[in-house]
Order: sequence, then structure tokens, then C-alpha cells
Amino acid sequence: MAKRESQLADKISIDMTPMIDVVFQLISFFMFSLKVVAPEGDFDIRMPLGVAAAAAPDDQQVPPLRVKLSAGPGGELAGISMNGTPVADFDELRGRIISLVGTDTGPNSLADRTEVELECDRDLKYVNVVRAITAVSGKIQDGQIVELIKKIKFTPPKRG
Amino acid sequence: MGKRASGGPSTTDIDMTPMIDMTFQLITFFMFVMNFSEAEQDDRIQLPLSQLAKPVEGAMETPITLQLTQDGSVIYAGELISVRDIGGYLEREKAVMLDDGKEPSSATLIVRADGRAKTGEVQDIIRICQEKGFERFVLRAQYDEGR
Repeated sequence: MAKRESQLADKISIDMTPMIDVVFQLISFFMFSLKVVAPEGDFDIRMPLGVAAAAAPDDQQVPPLRVKLSAGPGGELAGISMNGTPVADFDELRGRIISLVGTDTGPNSLADRTEVELECDRDLKYVNVVRAITAVSGKIQDGQIVELIKKIKFTPPKRG
Repeated sequence: MGKRASGGPSTTDIDMTPMIDMTFQLITFFMFVMNFSEAEQDDRIQLPLSQLAKPVEGAMETPITLQLTQDGSVIYAGELISVRDIGGYLEREKAVMLDDGKEPSSATLIVRADGRAKTGEVQDIIRICQEKGFERFVLRAQYDEGR
């Protein structure tokens, strides 16, 4: 009896097969369901209904900055202008925005109240719109994002 | 010799501990890396890059994703449709929302447009959505870590 007990203690072995099966199933499940995703982010666009028609004027309101992006052949960017004056590139656009609204972006600051209205040619490649939004909505300073203008809208497209 | 051969397989025990350790490490790794978010993504869309694209924080209320491909078709719920047809689909989406007692204006329309698509088409999508009563829009871009 004593001998049997000691033998049992030596040879006790759990059958690992089902456990390993399950574990490998799990591994393969997670491996195959793994999707490598690039990090993505959003830009808010404020486009309530009847934008142009019924924007109630109030004292706090600042006239929107009109940024026009025109398209050349093939939808490439042909020119940028802000409130009618031409701008060389998106960096200059950002510079102009900063000189206009300053870098104070706290609540009720000028930058907070200012709105940018984007007017784009129909054929313009969309990537330019995102570049323009990037230029007006903030800048990177010492690795930190400094927000500029948060209110961005599109000019309603012209019919015809 | 004969006895050893027959007794061999039953008494041979490999030490399983390191293997199980490693396997569990792998499982944990894949579990944490796995993306449970239901963000709709499609390989056909090449999002424009932006350094300021804010990572999506938290869950949006009733997100509706519309993806615009380079050639101007819309991918909605995995289906390839034309821009003109999205009105009908949005009407359905709106009906479901109203059934749930939600206003369409509380939904967020996520526009994932290809960087090479025409801006006019993005604006068409926004206009159609507005006509259906949707008001909140976000333009999605890929975060650019570069430079």
C-alpha cells in the first residue's frame, strides 16, 4: 500500500492534450482575428441645416474666414486664397490664421469664436481639403498640438 | 529491452511548463492587441494623412460610417452603392433611429473619404445627409506620425 502511494505520487501526470488543444485554438483565433489598424482621427465639421439662411447674428459672432481652394487640371490644388487674398501654401495659411486670431484658444477667445468656411472646387482632390483643415485647425509645437480654429464648415456646393 | 520499449511512451514526460508559459503569453498578447472597436475600415479607402487627426475618443452616439472611394462610389455597411442612392439607406437609418426614440440630429456621420476622391462628392454626401436631418459630421483622416 505504501509502495503504491509513493508510485502514484511519482507518476501522476495530467493529460495535457485537451488543454493544449484549446490553447492553440485560442491562439489561432486571436491571430486570425487580429487586424492591424492604422490610427485614425476625426475632424469635426459643423454643418447644421440651413446654414447660410438662418444663422442668427449676435454680438459675439465674428465673420467667417473664407478659405477658397481652387482646383487645377486633374483635381490638383491650383491656388489657395483667404478672404480674397492669395496664399502661397498651407503653412502660410496657418501663419495668416495665427496672425489673425492669435494663439489664445481658450473659451470665448477670438480663435474659439472664429469660423472657417471652406469653399472648394468640385473636382479638387479631397486630400487638399484635409490639408487645409489641418492647417487651420491647429499646429504642432514642441510635439504638442496647439488648437486654433475648431469651427469649420463648407460653403454649400453650387448647383449646376 | 522489450519491457522498456512498452513502458517507454507512458512514462516519458516532457516538461510542459515553458511551452504553456509561452503559449499563454501569446494568448495574452493577441488578446490585448486585438481591436474590439467596431470601427469600419476598408482597404479600398486610402485616407488622407493628417498630423492633427485627433484619435477617436470614446464611443460616439449612433455612428454611421459612409466611405467614399476614389472613383466616387460609397461603401455603406459593406455594400458598394452610388452617391445618389445613399438617401434611401439613410432614410432607413433614420426610421430605425426614430423607432428607438432618437433624433437623427444626434447621430454622427463619419465620412471616410479617399484622399483622391473629389471634394464635390464629399459635399454631395454631406448635403444628402443634411436633407435627411443629420447634422453632425466628422471627417476621418489617418494620423500621420511622420516628421
